Amino acid sequence: MKKNRNVGIVGVGQSVYSSHREEVNQPEMIHEAVVEALEMAGITMAEVDCVVHGNMELFEMVHQPDLWHTLGTGAWGKESLRVTTGGTTGATLAAAADHLVASGLHDVVLAIGFEKLQEGHTTGGITNMADPLWGRQLQTGALTGMTAAQMIEEFGAERAKAAAMAYRILMDANAMKNPKAHRRLGLRPDQAEELAANSPALVGELRMIHMCSQSDGACAMIFASEEKARQLCAQPAWIEDHVTAHREEMFCLFGNAPVLTTHRHCARKLFARNGIRDPRREIDLFEMYDPSAWWGLDWLREFLLLEGDEHLRMVESGAIAMDGDFPVNPSGGVIASNPIGATAMVRVAEAALQIMGRAGGHQLPRPVRRALASGFGGTMWTVLFLLASDTERQAAA
Amino acid sequence: MELTPDLRDCFTVPGKLALPYTYFAGRIGSRFLLALQEEHRILGVRCAGCATVLVPPRATCDRCQADLADTWVEVGPAGRVENFTVVRYADRHVPEPVPLVLALIRLDGADTPLVHRLGGMDPEAVRVGLRVTAVFAAEPRDTLLCIDHFRPLAPQPSAAGPRPQGG
Amino acid sequence: MARRVGICAVAQTTWERDKWSQRFQGMALEVLEDLLARTGLTFSEDGGIGMSISVSDDIFDARTISDNAMTDVLGAHMGCEEKVAQEGLQALYYGLAAIRSGHVDVVLVLGHCKESQPASRNQVTHMAFDPFYTRPVGLDFTAAAGLQAQAYAARAGVGDRHLAQVVVRARQLATRNLKITGLPVVTAAEVLASPLLADPLRELHAYPVSDGAVGLILAAEERAREITDRPVWIAGVGNCMDSFFLGDRDLASNFPLRQAAARAYRRAGIDHPQNAFDVVELSDQYAYQQPMWMEGLGLVPAGGGGAWIDAGGPEAARVNLSGGMLAGNPLILGGLVRAAEAALQLRGEAGDHQVPGARRALAHGVMGPAGQFHTVAVLERD
Ligand SMILES: [Zn+2]
Repeated sequence: MKKNRNVGIVGVGQSVYSSHREEVNQPEMIHEAVVEALEMAGITMAEVDCVVHGNMELFEMVHQPDLWHTLGTGAWGKESLRVTTGGTTGATLAAAADHLVASGLHDVVLAIGFEKLQEGHTTGGITNMADPLWGRQLQTGALTGMTAAQMIEEFGAERAKAAAMAYRILMDANAMKNPKAHRRLGLRPDQAEELAANSPALVGELRMIHMCSQSDGACAMIFASEEKARQLCAQPAWIEDHVTAHREEMFCLFGNAPVLTTHRHCARKLFARNGIRDPRREIDLFEMYDPSAWWGLDWLREFLLLEGDEHLRMVESGAIAMDGDFPVNPSGGVIASNPIGATAMVRVAEAALQIMGRAGGHQLPRPVRRALASGFGGTMWTVLFLLASDTERQAAA
Repeated sequence: MELTPDLRDCFTVPGKLALPYTYFAGRIGSRFLLALQEEHRILGVRCAGCATVLVPPRATCDRCQADLADTWVEVGPAGRVENFTVVRYADRHVPEPVPLVLALIRLDGADTPLVHRLGGMDPEAVRVGLRVTAVFAAEPRDTLLCIDHFRPLAPQPSAAGPRPQGG
Repeated sequence: MARRVGICAVAQTTWERDKWSQRFQGMALEVLEDLLARTGLTFSEDGGIGMSISVSDDIFDARTISDNAMTDVLGAHMGCEEKVAQEGLQALYYGLAAIRSGHVDVVLVLGHCKESQPASRNQVTHMAFDPFYTRPVGLDFTAAAGLQAQAYAARAGVGDRHLAQVVVRARQLATRNLKITGLPVVTAAEVLASPLLADPLRELHAYPVSDGAVGLILAAEERAREITDRPVWIAGVGNCMDSFFLGDRDLASNFPLRQAAARAYRRAGIDHPQNAFDVVELSDQYAYQQPMWMEGLGLVPAGGGGAWIDAGGPEAARVNLSGGMLAGNPLILGGLVRAAEAALQLRGEAGDHQVPGARRALAHGVMGPAGQFHTVAVLERD
């Protein structure tokens, strides 16, 4: 399918991510991200045509919060759209902004994802996701130890646990370079055994140290038509493509039958549509929605269409580190910062910053021509984005 | 679907959404609420760009995006009823007693009116243009209800006002 | 120039006070099966439905991520589904963008809501207010509408008698709409004697609580012509957000609606809206909104609402022949049902309330306290 016109990302703004944002209310926190995004793009609200907004109502118990948040979003007098899809919301917002610009309806769109989890009760909010008749009494929040158990069965306890912890420590090393990151613990590789032994176990071998944080924060991004993007930005991050796949809430009815994951499904489709045969060679960076070290590790195999233990070897060899062959989450990822309605947008935003060369302390040492970013949410839902630089686009043309 | 479905053996399950929430007012909101609570003063903010005094205060002007930090202006406590409605239904979220007069009150020195409840008079006697003044709550509260209600400046026919609310 | 987008099929359930025996998934399934039967489509990215846009609300559904309960009904197994968490006409806006962008050819839009499910509709809309300044005084959308009605009525010469006329007409028209069930006709005397809710709003001025679901199939021009011989084109859509605090706004000014309408008219190439529409479907959640939104749309002179009703304007302008929201649609679906009704008119499928030969229609949706956010869509047929 031919895109009606190209869309570039020209600005990214992020509030500080923290479990403690008592000094700002919701619109004020959003405004921090909006101001930063406008500054990076070198524009004011006067040049924005439309504001796209999303989060989950029950996390803060505000009905249609874009109405109140107009005090901080800049949406007054503008067109607007509100879209939500669970943890994937932030990436869905980026997809919506892409459509709004590509369609020709708007030249400049501001998209905002946010969550102020400290104001509500996250696990209670997530429990309300389950069906009130069939699932709610069984649900325990987004926590699952299943992946850890499966990986231990497949690769042996020692190797699987070591790889998960290596992944965790690498992510923290990246977060230490990102001043916006919420959790920056300064973990060292030699602490791996001690952490594995002492971090509280949540479910089986899923331990506290493996899990994502619970953060307050907002992310804002500015999307512009090709013509406008070139005026505003020396190196916009171009949106090449994105794929979304959902699946049903009751997905384990058939026991251990092998099922295609939405991650692998999206990756196959995205790579096929964009002529990518060897993603690890043809893509320079991956910002993955990794809610725990176990999932991050496991999902590498799905997204990169790998078989066997290739994904473990990528972690063991350091290939996913910032100076490795295939860097993953130079931002520190979701384990470091997780303001749910923004989290998936942060993945797209961080991938864009790397292409734009604006990632600051966690900018990769070599140019990023093509980047992958994923969102995760709902009941194993996926949104997968492919971004590219001018160099990449010229090479492709 | 049949127009008259067979409803025998259909049942319903009651549910309840009851989760705790703690909202942060922000620095500007907190200053406003503290001034109400501790000093019985009402503060607005002034947008230089729009030449407007805004109540309730907010960090940013949504019209011109100006930063409104440290632009405090004292307003009220008296003002004028610009518009009102009489809420006649009781519900969990509606302060008692009903009928409840909700009025848009433009405080002296402010440009934007504030929605608050009006008491100390017969709801049927409320008129646009009425001069009113703030009645502060005796006990500390953490919302706009630090002002318990507004009452007419001049004596009015009936003086049955809202009962004090729990904070 | 981006490609045109057409509405290829429309379906809705009946709208009833309390569909207590049906879960919302069941209501939505009824609509989906109807749409698939009408179009012969399946879920497939190869010529079939390639994207589903749902409309629902987490608080009304009492579920975090309310679309999570809908994956199978929305055909989203390994497929694309996204939820518009705003008034439903926005799903048309989003579907239009997704198709015009070139990303997808055929889109399912499907909204559901059971307003009967929460203890009260007002308790839900109360939660749209901020926790510090506007919740504590008890505001909800009904009280906010009372304030707006008060401000508007004086300026437009709209009195209790006019509002009664609007309600009587809506209830009468609803008897011709087969999708509205169990809504009695009323007399002007009954409306005038109806208890006040929030002055000057009376109980009979308010849209009835209702449950139901509505859906549309949207497609790029080429596909639309294959799916149906009577596509309805989305000629233009526009929307606008106003300030949040009621005191920051001139409640009678129609500022956001005038902006939304101007944007929709510009995109549709309409210079003179006054005589541009054969049918108008607007979201009259409360009786005063029918004349007020007509003014905002530029179809009635500003301040002329009362005179317009006196002159038989609603009938002459063919406003809300479906009965409108006053006949009962949930808050978050009002505008989407208006678009569905407008499309039915242009397809010649409006049954007993069909306007012969209707070529161009306007659909309007509104959300937020006292109309903080409006959407306007212009629909046309060949
Ligand atoms: Zn200003």
